[in-house]
Amino acid sequence: MLRIPCPHCGERDATEFHYGAAAGVDYPTDPAALTDGEWAAYLFVRANPRGWFRERWFHAAGCRLWFHVERHTVTDQVRTVREGAA
Amino acid sequence: MTISARLPGHPEFLWREDEPKASYDVVVVGGGGHGLATAYYLAKNHGITNVAVLEKGWLAGGNMARNTTIIRSNYLWDESAGIYEHSLRLWESLEEELDTQVMFSQRGVLNLAHNLSDIREGKRRVNANQLNGLDAQWLDAQEIGKLVPILDVTDRPRHPVLGGTFQPRAGIAKHDYVAWGFARAAQALGVDIIQHCEVTGFQTSGDRVTGVSTTRGDISFGRLALSAAGHSGVLAGQLGVRLPLQSHPLQALVSELLEQVLDTVVMSNAVHVYVSQAHKGELVMGAGVDAHVGYGQRGSFHVIEEQMAAAVELFPIFARAHVLRTWAGIVDVTPDASPIIGHLPFENAYVNCGWGTGGFKATPGVGSVYADTVAHERPHPLAAPFALDRFTTGRLIDEHGAAAVAH
Amino acid sequence: MSRRLPTGGSRIDRSRPVTITVDGVEVAAYHGDTVASALLAADRPLLSRGIYSGRPRGVMGVGVEDACAYVQVLSGGGEPMVAATTLEVHDGLAVERIAGRGRLPAGDDTTRYDTLYGHAEIAVVGGGLAGLRAAVAAAEDADGARVLILDDGPALGGAAADLPADSAAGRELRDLLTRLDGLEGVTVLTRTTVTGSHGHGRLVALEQRPHGVAKRRLHHVQAVGVVLATGSHERPLVFADNDRPGVMLACAAADYVTRYAVLPGERAVVWTAHDAGLHAAVELADAGTEIVAVLDVRETMAGPLAAALAGRGIALHLGAEVTGTDGSDDESGRLIRVHTTVGSFDVDLLAISGGANPAVELFSHPGGRTRWSDEVAGFVPDVPAPGQVGREVVVGAAAGDQDVVPGWRETLQPPATVFRADAGDPELVFLDPHRDATLADLRRAHAAGLSSVEHVKRFTTIGTGADQGRGFGVLAVGVLAQELGRPIEEVGTTTYRPPYVPLSFALLAGRNRGELSDPVRVSQAHDRVAHAPMEDVGQWKRPWYFPRSTADGLEDLDASVAREVRAVRTGVGMMDASTLGKILLQGADVGVLLDRVYTNLFSTLKVGKVRYGVMCGPDGMVVDDGTTARLSGTDWLMTTTTGNAAAVLDTLEEWHQTEWPGLDIALTSVTDQWAVVAVAGPRSRDVVATLAPQHDWSAEAFGFMDWREAPVAGIPARVLRISFSGELAFELHVPSWYAAALWDAVEEAGAPHGITPYGTETMHVLRAEKGFPIVGQDTDGTVTPHDLGMSWAVSRKKTDFIGMRSLARADARRPDRRQLVGLVPLDGSSRIVEGAQLVAHGADLTAFPVAMAGHVTSAYPSGHDGRPFALALLDGGRDRVGEVLDAVDDLVPLAVRVTGPVSYDEQGARRDG
Repeated sequence: MLRIPCPHCGERDATEFHYGAAAGVDYPTDPAALTDGEWAAYLFVRANPRGWFRERWFHAAGCRLWFHVERHTVTDQVRTVREGAA
Repeated sequence: MTISARLPGHPEFLWREDEPKASYDVVVVGGGGHGLATAYYLAKNHGITNVAVLEKGWLAGGNMARNTTIIRSNYLWDESAGIYEHSLRLWESLEEELDTQVMFSQRGVLNLAHNLSDIREGKRRVNANQLNGLDAQWLDAQEIGKLVPILDVTDRPRHPVLGGTFQPRAGIAKHDYVAWGFARAAQALGVDIIQHCEVTGFQTSGDRVTGVSTTRGDISFGRLALSAAGHSGVLAGQLGVRLPLQSHPLQALVSELLEQVLDTVVMSNAVHVYVSQAHKGELVMGAGVDAHVGYGQRGSFHVIEEQMAAAVELFPIFARAHVLRTWAGIVDVTPDASPIIGHLPFENAYVNCGWGTGGFKATPGVGSVYADTVAHERPHPLAAPFALDRFTTGRLIDEHGAAAVAH
Repeated sequence: MSRRLPTGGSRIDRSRPVTITVDGVEVAAYHGDTVASALLAADRPLLSRGIYSGRPRGVMGVGVEDACAYVQVLSGGGEPMVAATTLEVHDGLAVERIAGRGRLPAGDDTTRYDTLYGHAEIAVVGGGLAGLRAAVAAAEDADGARVLILDDGPALGGAAADLPADSAAGRELRDLLTRLDGLEGVTVLTRTTVTGSHGHGRLVALEQRPHGVAKRRLHHVQAVGVVLATGSHERPLVFADNDRPGVMLACAAADYVTRYAVLPGERAVVWTAHDAGLHAAVELADAGTEIVAVLDVRETMAGPLAAALAGRGIALHLGAEVTGTDGSDDESGRLIRVHTTVGSFDVDLLAISGGANPAVELFSHPGGRTRWSDEVAGFVPDVPAPGQVGREVVVGAAAGDQDVVPGWRETLQPPATVFRADAGDPELVFLDPHRDATLADLRRAHAAGLSSVEHVKRFTTIGTGADQGRGFGVLAVGVLAQELGRPIEEVGTTTYRPPYVPLSFALLAGRNRGELSDPVRVSQAHDRVAHAPMEDVGQWKRPWYFPRSTADGLEDLDASVAREVRAVRTGVGMMDASTLGKILLQGADVGVLLDRVYTNLFSTLKVGKVRYGVMCGPDGMVVDDGTTARLSGTDWLMTTTTGNAAAVLDTLEEWHQTEWPGLDIALTSVTDQWAVVAVAGPRSRDVVATLAPQHDWSAEAFGFMDWREAPVAGIPARVLRISFSGELAFELHVPSWYAAALWDAVEEAGAPHGITPYGTETMHVLRAEKGFPIVGQDTDGTVTPHDLGMSWAVSRKKTDFIGMRSLARADARRPDRRQLVGLVPLDGSSRIVEGAQLVAHGADLTAFPVAMAGHVTSAYPSGHDGRPFALALLDGGRDRVGEVLDAVDDLVPLAVRVTGPVSYDEQGARRDG
């Protein structure tokens, strides 16, 4: 069972959380200035690594806050957790 | 005590393990069903026999060994129905083609509707299928009850069965027989099958990919065809290409051998049940996809529990069956739940990926279409709509609606 | 003939006789017996047959390592494929022997199954000596630590419980149990088999409770640390005809003596590769079995066990092997003779022991890797799964420790590793009796070119039986290695997967069945509308229509809806709209957020006003729509579609927290806090005026898209003038505990006007006539606001909103995109079918593929004019009004004419009443 350490509530079953894929993908400051290709990359392309991965989780059934987790996508180990997800 | 009949045996000889050569006309990365079928059709249809299939583990040990073997073509959009129906037709003659048993059993696939919205979408799909020349029917609850007597079609279940779509020509096959059949046939035509050969990097020169580094040495090639399902993103990343893919754990499970109670494949997207009773008698069920990225081939146990609850709700007789074994594969999912087939941004490199949960049924179809694409260095007409550039233009082929989990 | 010994039996209670039925014949047993021990005691060794071969099979093991003895339970509703070696007897138990395939009993399983969730600092799996030592140490070290011991037996002690009480092991066990008793935080679960180790300290376990209300429970255990003290499984040896009733594992045979006081044979040959087999021979001899020969594959043997055999006059043949067996000609096919390299013996028991396989299943589940140990002659834990490092330890026999039983190590002779690929006629050497798979099958796989253990497993089906290879798996791997001429560590085992023992579907479903399989949500006014047929909308049950009794019986859907529509169009109707998603947005920057998530402008909305908005995903496709009212300078109330409320709230949270955390905004779901009754129709103003006479409800004083606070029938309420029907309409929002009171008050105030309750179907007809789309019905994730003809709701003033950039992409600007249109049947009367596909009029429906131009998204048999109409998405539809197409359902065409999406009151003249 994947366990996610919520920075506010502590470690809980992953079933309490919603997944938010890769962290650090900012909404473009000026979407209109992007080419179709750049916009498509923002819309659809997310990191999908086999290994350590910085990703976003949302404690949907808890504190309702988003945060960052660094997780290994093969072993499900969690290395770091960071409050906030901006 | 009732004694059962044995399944048909395998051919006396299947395939041998080859040693990698220094160079090939085409290197196919990924020794799953798609990779093997691609190599076979390259040799058979296009006379390209100097081909190697590189497999990082044991042959056909990825999703080919982990899926629930459902074969159908009743997809909503013309583009999808086109390639899946092409595949279904190949399935219908695959035993003759490969000269081996694949145990394709056309027992029909039923997709259940549990609410008015399901009915609407189901009818929409049946009508689209019929106009595309596919065998598709809409059945009401009573007809479904006759077709699958163990299914509870009363209003007792929490989400009662209100109707469903049925494709009679759909069914199941034996995945090992299929994979080994393609391997055997491909090797007989000259294709090298190389196991335990993991790709560690690529060599490029300008717009061309010239070679691949592997755990068994460097190999150069004329053309490169990636066919690595859940690991496609990792491989493309080694070429500096980012694909719109997310790899997720998808679980399945099997029961003990049971006397026959179910001779139709039953799927319910709304309550996440996908079940058939395989040739030997075990119930084979696909479960849901975990939401997070995962390469561990392990899924979350709660997914299995939820699925059992839904299964017993629809099939009260399943209550006392036992889960004997669970496992997980890694499915590569695209934003529109349709595959990616076509050129990578290199002159001589191609990719076939993004099949999500739907790859097995496409095996012969995509093998032939992908081989044709690689052989002629241009998209096969059935592959063209699935090119990578659709994500830029926005011309997606959104199969979420009709098949939330596209088994 | 009974094989029950007059005394002994640690697990049976002779004061409690039990009778069970096997194939219709009664069998006497004692409380504590298993079906296997009861049948052995009754000297009925035949327990099953080969699935394909029909060969007779008996009991080989004493627990989960048995590969053959599976039965069909007939009593208590029945159950397929249950292990006879672990099925405890009880009065009335009836079973049937089967040949490798179970049968699903018909009928509902009404048994209660519970799921329990527990937490522990330390979870110890296995209550033998090794596990108990760890448990006691953990509990004594950390005072009050919660230690959970899970053991699959009926009592703690494991192998030590079968040793004499005055032995060193017996004394230690007693001491550990005494200390355990005094420890506060320790919990013991017996008859509880851990079936899966799921990583991050999560274990799932099956508890058998033969006498409980819930016969079985599923435990989810979350532990900080996990101690795996799972012991080992006895491994067989290979030879021809190794599958007969009467061929048993040696230690298992001895266990039947100590646990159940059953003598498994009168005369026996024992063949072993390690000391435990010799020990078993001594135990069997002491219990009364005549041991005619002990064969040990090892070439030398010294020490107390050899002496014990000699002292009992038992011949020990070193370097000897079994070569085959003969069975009786009768139905039982039981063992009558053993052929060995030192002669043939007439016996009824062949006790074999090829070694001990550490039970590494749970270690392997999360990804632990094993290695072959020559010292142990088995696969032992090597590298734990990365996620288990620091969390999990393996102790005792599971770790390959052969000194679990005190005193063993001093005298231990190294075990031999025996995997023979030349063990006689390969068609008769069974490597998985449950699947009837033989050495010949393994050789065929090799000859076919296969060498990976995974391929061979799939080719031969070895290890796929009900025991999942616990019995023969490692043996088969060893034989394969011999066959391939490769070291066993290179061949390796197949992957161990959960569950360790089979789990029934119903157990996994637990209480989540029937009503509880998915929560049912109903509105707060449900009592007042519960008599109506319901439509499932997500988890919600919503009234679908309100049929009236007529002289011809209850109205059907069409009749009821036609009447309800007429009422709203000409008089007044009322609807329970409480299921609408409601989100309270508070803060100084709500307007900024709304400007970004809605396609139109919201920040300019004045207090007291309501605005309709469309929400897109970043891909530009419509995901939701609804209205938002500005309650105050800082507070806004958003409504969403019923099915989408949670998703919209989550989306807003995500955008706010992850992209624009600087905005001053707080979001709260208030769906369940507010009940809503919609009052619609030209007479609705009269009803509202009756309910809230202190206010002026005229169009001038209270205009379209205004809202105000006003007590309604004395209930504090918000009244919104919004309309989803095109008619003059009011939404009355009240705190949810007033829902029923409000419903009653509206009914009473409306009675003079003939107020008519209406359901979702009528609501859909009313809105469809106005061309208002339902997100998720008239859209499918591929539809933009422009496709819906809602360009008016897409701001041109804003520099950005979510989805705006996508709407500028080439495909979003194609003029031939599918667009929302209306349809009417050309004949004015035929019903259009939802889901029908649109093709060219007169298209040949036999020449496939037939080009499709769109599909019908909503269709109704009659609108305000009593005629059928529909909405559809049609390629380039807006430019095709007037065109005739065929709407095809089940290959039957219906000629339809394309219209605009609005078929009623296009000018919007009726909304003010």
